[in-house]
Amino acid sequence: MPGTAGRLDGWGHVLKMTGIGKSFLGVRVLTGVDLEASAGQVHAVVGENGAGKSTLMKILAGVHAPDEGKIEIDGRSVAFHHPVEAQRAGVAIIYQELTLLPERTVAENVFLGREPVRRGLVDRAAMESATGELLSSLGEESFGPRDLVRRLSVAQQQVVEIAKALSLNARIVVMDEPTAALADHEVELLYTLVRRLTGRGIAVLYISHRLREIFELADRITVLKDGARVTTAAASSLDTATLIRLMVGRELDSYYPPRATEPPGEVVLSVRGGGNARLHGIDLDLRAGEIVGVAGLQGSGRTELAKALFGAEPFTSGEMTPCRPRSARAGVAAGIGLVTEDRKAEGLLLNQRVRDNALLVARAVRRRQPGIERLLERVRLNPPRPAQEVRLLSGGNQQKVVLAKWMTVAPRVLLFDEPTRGVDVGAKAAIHELMRELAGDGVAILMISSELPELLGMSDRVVVLRDGRIAGELPAGATEEAVMHLAAGS
Amino acid sequence: MTQPLKLRRVPAGNSFLRRLSADRPARAVYVALALLIVLGWLLFALDGGRFLSQENIVGIQQRSAALGIVAIGQTLVILAGSLDLSVAYLISLTSLVAAEIMAGADANVPAAVAAVLAVSALTGLVNGLIVTRLRVHAFIATLGVALIIRGALDERYDGPAGGVPESFQHLGYDRVGPFPVSALLWAAVGACAWLLLSRTRLGYRIYAVGGDAEVARLSGVRTERVVVAVHVLCSVCAGIAGLLLASRLGAGAPTVGTDGGYDLESIAAVVLGGTALAGGRGGVAGTVGGVLLLAVLDSIFNQLEVNSFAKDVVRGVVLVAALAIHARRRRTA
Amino acid sequence: MRRALPIFVVLAGLLVAIAIANPYFLEPPAFLAFVKRAAPLVILAAGQYFVIVSGEFDLSVGSLVTAEVVIAARLIDGSAAATWPVLGLLIVVGALIGLVNGIVTTLLRVPSFITTLGTLLILSGAVFLWTGGAPRGALSPQFRELGRGSLGPVPWSVLILVAVAAAAIYAMRAGFGHTLVATGDNDRAAALSGVRVARVRTAAFMISGLSAAVAAILLGGFAGVSAQVGQGLEFQAITAVVLGGVALGGGRGSVVAAMAGAFTLEALFTLLNLYGISGALEPAVQGVIIIAAVALGAVNLPRSRAAAAP
Ligand SMILES: Nc1ncnc2c1ncn2[C@@H]1O[C@H](COP(=O)(O)OP(=O)(O)OP(=O)(O)O)[C@@H](O)[C@H]1O
Ligand SMILES: [Mg+2]
Repeated sequence: MPGTAGRLDGWGHVLKMTGIGKSFLGVRVLTGVDLEASAGQVHAVVGENGAGKSTLMKILAGVHAPDEGKIEIDGRSVAFHHPVEAQRAGVAIIYQELTLLPERTVAENVFLGREPVRRGLVDRAAMESATGELLSSLGEESFGPRDLVRRLSVAQQQVVEIAKALSLNARIVVMDEPTAALADHEVELLYTLVRRLTGRGIAVLYISHRLREIFELADRITVLKDGARVTTAAASSLDTATLIRLMVGRELDSYYPPRATEPPGEVVLSVRGGGNARLHGIDLDLRAGEIVGVAGLQGSGRTELAKALFGAEPFTSGEMTPCRPRSARAGVAAGIGLVTEDRKAEGLLLNQRVRDNALLVARAVRRRQPGIERLLERVRLNPPRPAQEVRLLSGGNQQKVVLAKWMTVAPRVLLFDEPTRGVDVGAKAAIHELMRELAGDGVAILMISSELPELLGMSDRVVVLRDGRIAGELPAGATEEAVMHLAAGS
Repeated sequence: MTQPLKLRRVPAGNSFLRRLSADRPARAVYVALALLIVLGWLLFALDGGRFLSQENIVGIQQRSAALGIVAIGQTLVILAGSLDLSVAYLISLTSLVAAEIMAGADANVPAAVAAVLAVSALTGLVNGLIVTRLRVHAFIATLGVALIIRGALDERYDGPAGGVPESFQHLGYDRVGPFPVSALLWAAVGACAWLLLSRTRLGYRIYAVGGDAEVARLSGVRTERVVVAVHVLCSVCAGIAGLLLASRLGAGAPTVGTDGGYDLESIAAVVLGGTALAGGRGGVAGTVGGVLLLAVLDSIFNQLEVNSFAKDVVRGVVLVAALAIHARRRRTA
Repeated sequence: MRRALPIFVVLAGLLVAIAIANPYFLEPPAFLAFVKRAAPLVILAAGQYFVIVSGEFDLSVGSLVTAEVVIAARLIDGSAAATWPVLGLLIVVGALIGLVNGIVTTLLRVPSFITTLGTLLILSGAVFLWTGGAPRGALSPQFRELGRGSLGPVPWSVLILVAVAAAAIYAMRAGFGHTLVATGDNDRAAALSGVRVARVRTAAFMISGLSAAVAAILLGGFAGVSAQVGQGLEFQAITAVVLGGVALGGGRGSVVAAMAGAFTLEALFTLLNLYGISGALEPAVQGVIIIAAVALGAVNLPRSRAAAAP
């Protein structure tokens, strides 16, 4: 492999990080990590949840100071004490979590901290026109520089995030899971953008759990595991199976768990003509032991459907049997559970321990609390430490805690909204297995996912939403094209 | 697979009209103010007085000037996600500093003003540094600083002290046409704050830090400096209010700040004006409305000769009711 | 517990300092007298803890204490027979005010800072409107027994304090406590997990109101009737809770530490008195020490990412 790596060095390194080490509260997160980036190339960084990818990037961006190691940009040694210093040195980063201010406009967000001034006052016109240009260069016409970010969808906000990074005119652009919130066709647009950046000689560092994207974009790949670099190699010298083995440390078949062989059981939840502000005429049956997939574009009402079935944003019209929950509480009492799309904002108590998170639902509805050890074992939490604070867990483990929370009350219906978003391949497989297992126990499952292969691989049938209505239903084994066709209405 | 990017359309917004009619938190308080003025006019008419008499209007402006200036400082702090509970004692302190240094002599006025500004800026700096460096919640930090100032006041004074020269009393009592000088001072402070918030980098950063300090930092804002800056500005506003009150009283008084309840009342005015207590949303226009609302209420009370305890009750009810209505509007919007 | 540790160290240090200045302090009578003096504030802090850990503020407790004492004096007016019914009434009033605070905050969505500020104004205004400007009437000896008297060597107020502390600890260990902390940490996640957030928060306000009623009963007995009896208590209670390492904003800290914070504050007052720093300088020294103690806790301990923005 050194041979191929050497050939790719042609452009010269813009960035060179050597021997980076970092601990949080005495816990070692990175040890002796080396990373280079070359002008005009995409360097992908992959690894399991908690491998330290984001931490490494945050060190580059001046968010965290490294405990050891050094960073060179253009051969000059740098040490950042604040993100603004990294910005000035030509580093732009799209963080894993959205970093936007909902109450400010798009332009104000894009130029936050770098507002153009004229005679001491902020030049709003210049700022807005520059933002407008950036947006149109991204092919974005659905919103403008003066719109409040609060009114944008998550995908639109991601575009703002990208515009913000571009506005820096940086030489090194870091993208930390930029596609987590994007649907497939929006991902295509991002590919184009990344290629345009490299064409301009910008070095791109790209992080994603979707290996398809990695192979699509990357020139080189660095694998991190437990905070250390496993290898750096040319993308062309790796294949998916090898990459997974390097990341996870073991073989992992990339297949989905087998579907149930028995026919689904009785209908446990049924809606006729369900509607509210965002949904119209929803007819849907969920059967015991069946996994129903929900597909649709961003804004087609998928999350709204889950929340309506659960009762958090209830249906205002239509029939629902056995009952129509009017609040989250009523949904839980009726034996329905919801694994929310946004883990941190809606799923977890980040400052509480694993135990308190896992037992929250049981405590809220005063059910008997099950033994915590068995519960954590069942959701495959690894390592199973009930006294750990949840904010310190990796994304995959956090999601498992959310699942544990619902398993305490043995729900009849479980609604999963993007259950594997931002989750690494290993944890993803574990979650898939667990979902099948639950279905096998007779739970009716509804699963929303923007990742079509996952949706098609897991579901017994797929319901497609468009503009708040059910556009159609497809059996297991349908093609991605068929789903997209229904979703887009073409 | 290459479908055109089709996202939910967001209402396009460029027109001036839309900006005005958008969810501007300040609007509610002006609607309330207008209603209250109509109510006041009616009540005055029934009671045989004239609400819109020059005398009453001047009274309202004068009553609100000191609170108004403090409240503008408080707006800046609250917008940045902080809080200042030390303003009341600081007002007392600065009124004394002013009066003692002036000691009745015209020549000392500039020195006294400079000293007040220095003392108040220093207090703000201390507040800001405790919040940012020692990471003490602003509630506790400024409460602690308030206690410290109170100790200093109790130690040195048992009553009014010092004296301001007659020339300086013009600030408190003179008028330019129908406008008291004090109200003009308030307007000037308000205009500066408005310009600061809407047109300067610091202003933009205040909103950013109050909206989400971590996001602001990740975006390259030096958040600590912003927090220190707003605390300094807020304390300077309190210092200006202290000067104003000294000129009104003719002397400094160790209880002038606390008697006026400037700490909690300024926060109430800010929040009445639609600024979010958590920071990041609102502005000075709302605060001015909130202060005027409280002042108009006061003038109605005075006309009706309402007992001071009943005033408190009504103020409490108005405060809570206004916020409840505001919360309702935001939810349905 | 990790988070709560500093306050116990500070408290122990203060107690030792007091004991050095006054060797009798650690003997039962003097120590019980100290606990008795501290009891009202500790009880208020326990009540305030429930509100703060759920992510809210209660600024109304000070004026609620005053109101309760003034009401008691006017209604009892020295009569022994009226004592018990009025005690019952005080408890009900406390809970009721908490209920109103809770409902306005949760259902009408008024920030609790403002709700309870409004309640503060309304209560202090209304009570004096009712009594015509100054407290009237008098408390009966039976009423004052609770704050002043003792059962054998142990003051009543210490017994009441122990009972309140036990109840508070029990409540925090029960399901209610866990859902309360969950609400304070992330109310959206809690609601989506089936927690009745509005109800839980309202209960917290009611507990705070109740604690103010109990504190008022003890303070009325201990200090007698005055219009200033509750002045500043809300700030002292909040300070005590924060001293105990409880995060303003909710979701973190223990009730035991909050009560230790109140003891610390009281020990501080005692110490300042002992060293003759009373009167004028007392508040200043208090201010410095409060800031220092909270800063110490903040620096020693890991803080949430959002809060720590260097
Ligand atoms: N501010 C912090 N304080 C304490 N621990 C942290 C902090 N940030 C990250 N960690 C820990 O460091 C480890 C690495 O986290 P990091 O976010 O870098 O992982 P990652 O590779 O980006 O994972 P993911 O794929 O889930 O994004 C994790 O165990 C995480 O819990
Ligand atoms: Mg990451």
